[in-house]
Amino acid sequence: MSTNTENMEDLVGKDYEHGFVTDIDADTVAPGLNEETIAFISKKKEEPEWLLEWRLKAYRHWLTMEDPTWAHLDIEHIDYQAISYYSAPKSKDDGPKSLDEVDPKLLETYEKLGIPLQEQKFLAGVAVDAVFDSVSVATTFKGKLADAGVIFCSFSEAVKEHPELVKKYLGTVVPAADNFFGALNSAVFTDGSFVYIPKGVRCPMELSTYFRINASNTGQFERTLIIADEKSHVSYLEGCTAPMRDENQLHAAVVELVALEDAEIKYSTVQNWYPGDENGVGGIYNFVTKRADCRGNNSKVSWTQVETGSAITWKYPSCILKGDNSVGEFYSVAVTNNHQQADTGTKMIHIGKNTSSTIISKGISARHAQQSYRGLVKISKSAENARNYTQCDSLLMGDKCGAHTFPYIEAKNSSATVEHEATTSKIGDDQLFYCMQRGIKEEDAVNMIVNGFCKEVFKELPMEFAVEAQKLLGITLEGAVG
Amino acid sequence: MLKIENLHAKIGNKEILKGLNLSVNAGEVHAIMGPNGSGKSTLANVLAGRNGYDVTKGTVEYEGKNLLELAPEERAWAGVFLAFQYPVEIPGVNNVYLLKAAVNAVRKYRGEPELDAVEFLGLIKEKMKIVKMKEDLLNRSVNEGFSGGEKKRNEIFQMSVLEPKLAILDETDSGLDIDALKIVSEGVNSLRNEERSIILVTHYQRLLDYIKPDHVHVLSNGKIIKSGGPDLALELEEKGYDWIKEEAA
Repeated sequence: MSTNTENMEDLVGKDYEHGFVTDIDADTVAPGLNEETIAFISKKKEEPEWLLEWRLKAYRHWLTMEDPTWAHLDIEHIDYQAISYYSAPKSKDDGPKSLDEVDPKLLETYEKLGIPLQEQKFLAGVAVDAVFDSVSVATTFKGKLADAGVIFCSFSEAVKEHPELVKKYLGTVVPAADNFFGALNSAVFTDGSFVYIPKGVRCPMELSTYFRINASNTGQFERTLIIADEKSHVSYLEGCTAPMRDENQLHAAVVELVALEDAEIKYSTVQNWYPGDENGVGGIYNFVTKRADCRGNNSKVSWTQVETGSAITWKYPSCILKGDNSVGEFYSVAVTNNHQQADTGTKMIHIGKNTSSTIISKGISARHAQQSYRGLVKISKSAENARNYTQCDSLLMGDKCGAHTFPYIEAKNSSATVEHEATTSKIGDDQLFYCMQRGIKEEDAVNMIVNGFCKEVFKELPMEFAVEAQKLLGITLEGAVG
Repeated sequence: MLKIENLHAKIGNKEILKGLNLSVNAGEVHAIMGPNGSGKSTLANVLAGRNGYDVTKGTVEYEGKNLLELAPEERAWAGVFLAFQYPVEIPGVNNVYLLKAAVNAVRKYRGEPELDAVEFLGLIKEKMKIVKMKEDLLNRSVNEGFSGGEKKRNEIFQMSVLEPKLAILDETDSGLDIDALKIVSEGVNSLRNEERSIILVTHYQRLLDYIKPDHVHVLSNGKIIKSGGPDLALELEEKGYDWIKEEAA
């Protein structure tokens, strides 16, 4: 960082009068968003000129856009000029000094998930020196991947080490001007993950951000790009089940997946950002753009997500089925409790012939929570014999929560088969009593019933993740009944 | 084993049980009969601890403990089992999985080690024969898509695995054809022993052709108005309930 100090000083000096203030030692830019902020970020990250141009283009377009209001969400106005768009990896002086300063409820949850103390500190943002014992694990892991020719690194590293790949694919799935939050991300993203699986390679292990994220704090505008070259296969896990705290309220990530001919990408997410307290205060806004491009024939992308966290979730992992015979899948469990809100679903855009898509969405709402499934199945003229099956089920706990379904179907080719099924049910006192009469405690019974409801989605998760997700669901909904 | 004294219970503002007395000793089978609306199912539900029933007066003593103070699952741990009149469906929850969780919850309470999958399968294999339980029902979701008879059989199967001390069968015979009734009855009979008490709640006498009770009680308007031996059931079958009501009035 010290090498470009001079450049930054120039920049700072020059723009001071416009309110662009920064203390270089603090490594944090003052709140506010303008072209200088973006130039600062790009410079900090030692990016090539083309990337800065790309960011600026996104920013200029973003200025012409408005906050989306179509979602079934109640979002307080966000002041984009009040956000600081760059801060270096967290210094030890930030955040709580010890676990004593952390919300006891959060600690209780860690306890229940069986998270080791050191890790609890990391998750809660407590300053610790050696974060994980897993550094050595991560190293071995990297060696194995390198042998297979798999590239798995931070986005910044990829920009430096593999600029040709980044340049070729960045923004080709989610264009910089795609949508409000996507454009914002394109302008100011700080870091994220990059994966490239070479031709014919089956990635020897599941790739998990869990290993990568320890290295640095990726911040609130994360950018992920995964490319599966011809005949390759990768399974990618994002997030972790432990509740993550973050000082930043707004999170606007972009994830782009590219599957070339005969390639398969399986992308699994467990999202458990801090949802705020019981009154919904302080929770994270998670506004994510996730899209996959099944570019090659016979390619396949499968999204599986378990969304339990965040105060507001706005997220529609989608598939563009361009290649003939390509397959898109979306399996989702979304849980909203207390005052959480979620508007989530998927888009399946059928373009190629014989393309097929499956959507299984399970929504669970408890207490005052509101949740919507929003989905689009679009069959283009060119999509001969396209097939879609959609199933949306909602489970309500209590009588103050809500579930809403907004399925859109556009079929422009008469050879298409599109099926949609939807159910809404309430977790019954009868079901609970039945389990309790058999000796099963109420909380275990709730857990069992809810997990039964989500079974079709959980079976899509990698084994370890599935077990954790089940546990997590129980904890999220604890005390929600009765 | 079980001693109910002057039990009053209501649902909302409506009093259903109005001073019920009943004493059940270990090893006995008691049949509670009565017309619709007499309070039979309410009694079964109050004993199992279901929500929505208000006990306003009276006591229920079970093995020297105040049963009414226990949560439903605590009653189950202590050996109280209710075979439901309408067994509920729980989509996505494997029938065997629920039963294993139930068995292990009870074992945990008793301080016994939990059974692993292999031990558990060994246990249920035996029991399946008793109620002629079809194997495919085990791995289906709890009661989902079961026929009426299969549901009731599943209840008796659970009972045989859980081996309760006090089993309450709430209208287990309703909706069963004669073959299913026989199978269910055989299951219940095989579970009779000197320590286990069974309360059969039923509307019809026909169940008692297959399960011979030691005592028969007639419940009417929230009270037991007549008790007797197995002959009482036959008498009821012949004459209906009205004559007892008149006698009691």
